[in-house]
Amino acid sequence: MTDLTSLTLAEARKGLAAKTFTSLELTDAHLNAIEAARVLNAFVMETPDRARDMAKAVDEKIAKGDAGPLAGIPLGIKDLFATKGVRTTACSKILGNFVPTYESTITSQLWRDGAVMLGKLNNDEFAMGSANETSCFGPVGNPWRRDGSNTTLVPGGSSGGSASAVAALLCMGATATDTGGSIRQPAAFTATVGIKPTYGRCSRWGIVAFASSLDQAGPIARSTRDAAILLRSMAGHDPKDTTSVDMPVPDYEAAIGKSVKGIRIGIPKEYRLDGMPAEIEKLWSEGAAWLKAAGAELVEVSLPHTKYALPAYYIVAPAEASSNLARYDGVRFGLREQGRNINELYENTRAEGFGAEVKRRVMIGTYVLSAGYYDAYYLRAQKVRTLIKKDFEDCFAKGVDAILTPATPSAAFGIGEKGGADPVEMYLNDIFTVTVNMAGLPGIAVPAGKDAQGLPLGLQLIGRPFDEETLFSLGEVIEQAAGRFTPAKWW
Amino acid sequence: MSTATHKLLKGSTGDWEMVIGLEVHAQVTSNAKLFSGASTAFGGEPNTHVSLVDAAMPGMLPVINEECVRQAVRTGLGLNAQINLRSVFDRKNYFYPDSPQGYQISQYKSPIVGEGEVVVELDGGKTATIGIERLHLEQDAGKLLHDQSPTMSYVDLNRCGVALMEIVSKPDIRDAEQAKAYVTKLRSILRYLGTCDGDMEKGSLRADVNVSVRKPGAPLGTRCEIKNMNSITFIGQAIEYEARRQIEILEEGGAIDQETRLYDPNKGETRSMRSKEEAHDYRYFPDPDLLPLEFSQSFVDELKAGLPELPDQKKTRFVADLGLSAYDAGVLVAERESAVFYETVLEKLANRARDGKVAANWVINELFGRLNKEGRDITDSPVDAAQLSGIIDLIGEGTISGKIAKDLFEIVWQEGGDPRALVESRGMKQVTDLSAIEKVVDDIIAANPDKAAQVKDKPQSLGWFVGQVMKASGGKANPQSVNELLKSKLGI
Repeated sequence: MTDLTSLTLAEARKGLAAKTFTSLELTDAHLNAIEAARVLNAFVMETPDRARDMAKAVDEKIAKGDAGPLAGIPLGIKDLFATKGVRTTACSKILGNFVPTYESTITSQLWRDGAVMLGKLNNDEFAMGSANETSCFGPVGNPWRRDGSNTTLVPGGSSGGSASAVAALLCMGATATDTGGSIRQPAAFTATVGIKPTYGRCSRWGIVAFASSLDQAGPIARSTRDAAILLRSMAGHDPKDTTSVDMPVPDYEAAIGKSVKGIRIGIPKEYRLDGMPAEIEKLWSEGAAWLKAAGAELVEVSLPHTKYALPAYYIVAPAEASSNLARYDGVRFGLREQGRNINELYENTRAEGFGAEVKRRVMIGTYVLSAGYYDAYYLRAQKVRTLIKKDFEDCFAKGVDAILTPATPSAAFGIGEKGGADPVEMYLNDIFTVTVNMAGLPGIAVPAGKDAQGLPLGLQLIGRPFDEETLFSLGEVIEQAAGRFTPAKWW
Repeated sequence: MSTATHKLLKGSTGDWEMVIGLEVHAQVTSNAKLFSGASTAFGGEPNTHVSLVDAAMPGMLPVINEECVRQAVRTGLGLNAQINLRSVFDRKNYFYPDSPQGYQISQYKSPIVGEGEVVVELDGGKTATIGIERLHLEQDAGKLLHDQSPTMSYVDLNRCGVALMEIVSKPDIRDAEQAKAYVTKLRSILRYLGTCDGDMEKGSLRADVNVSVRKPGAPLGTRCEIKNMNSITFIGQAIEYEARRQIEILEEGGAIDQETRLYDPNKGETRSMRSKEEAHDYRYFPDPDLLPLEFSQSFVDELKAGLPELPDQKKTRFVADLGLSAYDAGVLVAERESAVFYETVLEKLANRARDGKVAANWVINELFGRLNKEGRDITDSPVDAAQLSGIIDLIGEGTISGKIAKDLFEIVWQEGGDPRALVESRGMKQVTDLSAIEKVVDDIIAANPDKAAQVKDKPQSLGWFVGQVMKASGGKANPQSVNELLKSKLGI
């Protein structure tokens, strides 16, 4: 029954409702696919017994006609989400075999709605990375390869496991998180759909924190519709996260197929980078043309502070991270490397437990917050952030409904190809996505085409705060025009 | 009221003035912690009042406890301070096992309460006004246990995350007496408000004391901070010692190192704890897990309307309405419980206007005196407010004399019971019936003809006769009636 894995979530939901197959069958099909795809290293923890138990339980509910909106749908969970009784590591050695006694708000909402957990997905250590190469469990393979090449490429990051697993049809959808592009960039690298909702739309409770003012969870899915279905279950106000917003969650799926006639799409001139590959340019123009053909109106807009976004992001995010990661000290949970006194215990534990990229960011963050540097770095970066936010507000105030940009400056690259000598080379991957986090806006990445080597490329749509619905409507237009992309199976 | 003059310290080069500022940490009275639902109860088994948030488990987020916010605002209002409708929580970053997050959530640049002031009472009826710089909310830390194992330290997180108010004074305090009076007054205000229990032994109220010295009128000197003082007496001692230490150094041509010191009450001295160079860089920044704390003026107004009467207001009222002396009123209002006791006595009195002042004397002299003698607290006084007001009623209506009242008080203290019933059953009623007294008077005059003869020349010896009659009547005779009767019989 392996063909069950090729269904979209929406199609599977229909099949389950019609009792064409059971959740257990659907779940088993995916568990088999996971087993066969271990070379991708997308899952860091498979939970087949739990998956089958959950599937059986939900099958009984479906039989009784008491099924939630995600009843029987097998999902993968990024290892940043705390799952009760299931090891949660953020793919860092420092968490060791940490098993939470609590379930994150988002995953508990997914289980409430009937979803089935297949296991925990690989990611960059503490979500710090753009290629899923910093995980303590090793890199993740992208199911996509260049035409005629055997080189394994990165799936992007930090939600590389989520993107790879969804693209390789190992799960029907996955949870992911996005601090500077960690949902949208891997989605673009794997021809999947990923949405980072508005900051505050989803609860952060129970998600291992990277940079609290930027972190936001969202789904990676096989289609725009699937993403809409998943986000509805994930979103919502949570009294345990005071930054989450108390607004009703719309039926996002209703936005799929809705006319985009008259919607004003901004094309920001500052995103036209020097030396941008011609095929990215072409993709961007094509996307704009599809939207126009569907009735949307195109306007050139200016986001003048765009060029400061990346440097400001790499001050704000590490600053928050340096403080958020202070709790990993070897005292209460996770790894402990003994020392002769408490300072040695801290030093040994953190030296052994954190990988190189995490250490780099903790050091940058500590530096920019330290006495004498705070004003020059952290405070100034926050001012830049305010300006970036204002750029978007000005744009929306002029009647622009959404902004279309490329999702990434390039297609997927090979493992170990980038950032080896200069970490900034890797950071540049986030150039189109970080502004959205800095402004707290929703952003969706949808597959829009392929480059000359057959690798998928994505476009990004940025929306007004809490207007994810418009992004789903527009994303669907691009998806309909560009078609869906599935990698040739090589694993 | 007069403004205080403060004590100067004499050195070999002349007089020195102390400049003192206090940072008082007051534990907020609330059932739950500042950012978690865990209990704040004192004395639980280690690590039994710890939530996932307090233990800083991965993915946990703080949620502000609104009751702590209300308590901080109430306190600010009680200190006549500016209430900031918008304040910000910051992270104060440092590594120590008593701080599981690796940072303390505090308020750095934008505290919930701004400038205010406290009027403190000093000896001789003088007062001093001490400025409040700010009040902010912050988390308490856990406690390290070093005595559980020879090689390991343990940590108890029960206190971790409990809400504290840090109340920072301006450097307006000029000597140890003022410092002690300030902490005493602050503690009293907090207890009146019910925002902190003020229990210094349990650590609910502790102070960091900043001390520097200068020649009067000179610019501020370099200060030292004496950390974590939990006794008002020790605060006074530490200030005296520290100021003299600094004067000695300066007079010998030395300079003061800005440092953190600890007071050792056994040796009566302060010791260096860490120098300025060793001071932490706390890397304060706004906590991104928490939105700025915002509330409306009507929220503040509502709390203001619900504030209890505070000691200063109560004192003024006692003086104006009951005619108490400022000193007596001050004694009665100093502790919330004393004031409550006195006011309960007042409420129960048959004639408040007549006996209010007498009641104040009785509470202060008889009751407090007796309680002090036995080292007991007003809250476990054997004589309650109803009993004391009963005794005062009996005096006021002339049923018993003041002297008998003291005996009655003693009986009630020892045995309890209703004063009026005791007076009846034990025959303690004052005798005002002249015929009953007359015989006693006649007998005494008859037995002492010499003295009776002399009294016409020496009217002051009348007192001797009064004493004799009172003694013979077992103190029950009405002294005034006895006086009049004697005068007429003796012909004076």
